[in-house]
Amino acid sequence: MNAGVAIDEGSVPRFQPHMKLRFDKKRERWTILAPERLFLPDEIALEILQRCDGVATIGAIVDALAAKFDAPRDVIMDDVKKLVQDFAEKGVLKT
Amino acid sequence: MNAPAPPLALLAELTHRCPLRCPYCSNPLELERASGELDTDTWLRVFGEAADMGVLQVHFSGGEPTVRKDLERLVAACGALGIYTNLITSGVLLDEGRIAALAGAGLEHVQLSFQDSEEAGGDRIGGYKGGHAKKVEVARLVRKAGLALTLNMVVHRQNLHHLEDMIELAVALDAHRVEIAHVQYYGWGLKNRAALIPTRAQLEEATAVVEAARERLKGVLVFDYVVPDYYARRPKSCMGGWGRQFLNIMPSGKVLPCHAAETIPGLRFDSVRDRPLDEIWETSDAFQRFRGTGWMPEPCRSCDRREIDWGGCRCQAFALTGDAARTDPACELSSDHRHIVELAQTESDRAPPPFVYRHLGAGEPRAEPALSEEAVPGAGRS
Repeated sequence: MNAGVAIDEGSVPRFQPHMKLRFDKKRERWTILAPERLFLPDEIALEILQRCDGVATIGAIVDALAAKFDAPRDVIMDDVKKLVQDFAEKGVLKT
Repeated sequence: MNAPAPPLALLAELTHRCPLRCPYCSNPLELERASGELDTDTWLRVFGEAADMGVLQVHFSGGEPTVRKDLERLVAACGALGIYTNLITSGVLLDEGRIAALAGAGLEHVQLSFQDSEEAGGDRIGGYKGGHAKKVEVARLVRKAGLALTLNMVVHRQNLHHLEDMIELAVALDAHRVEIAHVQYYGWGLKNRAALIPTRAQLEEATAVVEAARERLKGVLVFDYVVPDYYARRPKSCMGGWGRQFLNIMPSGKVLPCHAAETIPGLRFDSVRDRPLDEIWETSDAFQRFRGTGWMPEPCRSCDRREIDWGGCRCQAFALTGDAARTDPACELSSDHRHIVELAQTESDRAPPPFVYRHLGAGEPRAEPALSEEAVPGAGRS
């Protein structure tokens, strides 16, 4: 059974094995390749997705982004949870 | 004129050979024989050209692509080029060893077709005894090999009553994704339309079932749902627009904007045997004919959705009106729309005729539009 979606600070998001985040050299953009579709992450989504390596927790990802962008942790936490939840429902990430 | 943006995806129809005989097969009525298929080296060259152009995904299809013994080599070659690989299969020729070989070659996703949720219906619709049980076994082996799995369920009036069970089957087989696709009426599907087309009530019930399941199974199963055009208000964005994102290579090497494009008379198709793929994409008559919006008649030409649905489907416009440049009758702004709705209602209210199963040698090209006046007594075109 695939995992249902429940995200908290200790969750460890990773890509489903058949979802591939690749740089499209021809079009010069990052793309998530999926069965019969592709997703085009914006800059913020990309910052988050590139940290979904199956090792970092949501908490660690938020810490890294808060440091990099010098932004309030709770705001970033909100964004990260929402995005991870959304991509988990789309079948891109699992936790 | 500027060169068109490069394609995103390529459908490689490796062969038309297939043990199944589904009466809605998307292959043309005139099937290619094994002797006319492209060889391994030509496919390898074509995938290289495709990667250079910017193709990101290759779908290996057919027919049944696993009849090709070189499938693993082709998959591995695409992987080495950074192309995402998807196998579209009936599954009935696969076993554990072959699945392991494909996984080892780097295959990224398997799309396995089912004809019904259970054996009697599945074997009858697919025209292949033992097919359903084999598919269930293959689904398990695919997951055991760690490969991602989509179940593709083609639905119509003869299996829609099992829709809930089909979704349950996808969950039970640990699929990541399920594609519930109403039959599209081209080729064999058009030939069997009266046996397949659901009533409007059946369609609405099916849509409600899918929407409820999609909500209930969030995070468990991803849904793709393809509705039948005849009851739509606006046409589908067929292929994301003619010659915009997608190309289809036939077993013989002919390059098509979509798998049904050969049903349109008067289009000239080029072959990868004769010309490089980028040249074909950019200049081939078949691709240029309906690319963009310049070919559109009214009301499409001034429609604010002209770059959303790109005028719908050219093959359907031809199949239903005899004119491929006419507004897609699936659009309610088409003067033909009312006619096809009545046609759908009339056919779906009658008892279904027997299937004409897919078979080799059916191949007289269809000369007449399939929308006959006889099917809808009294319905005139305004």
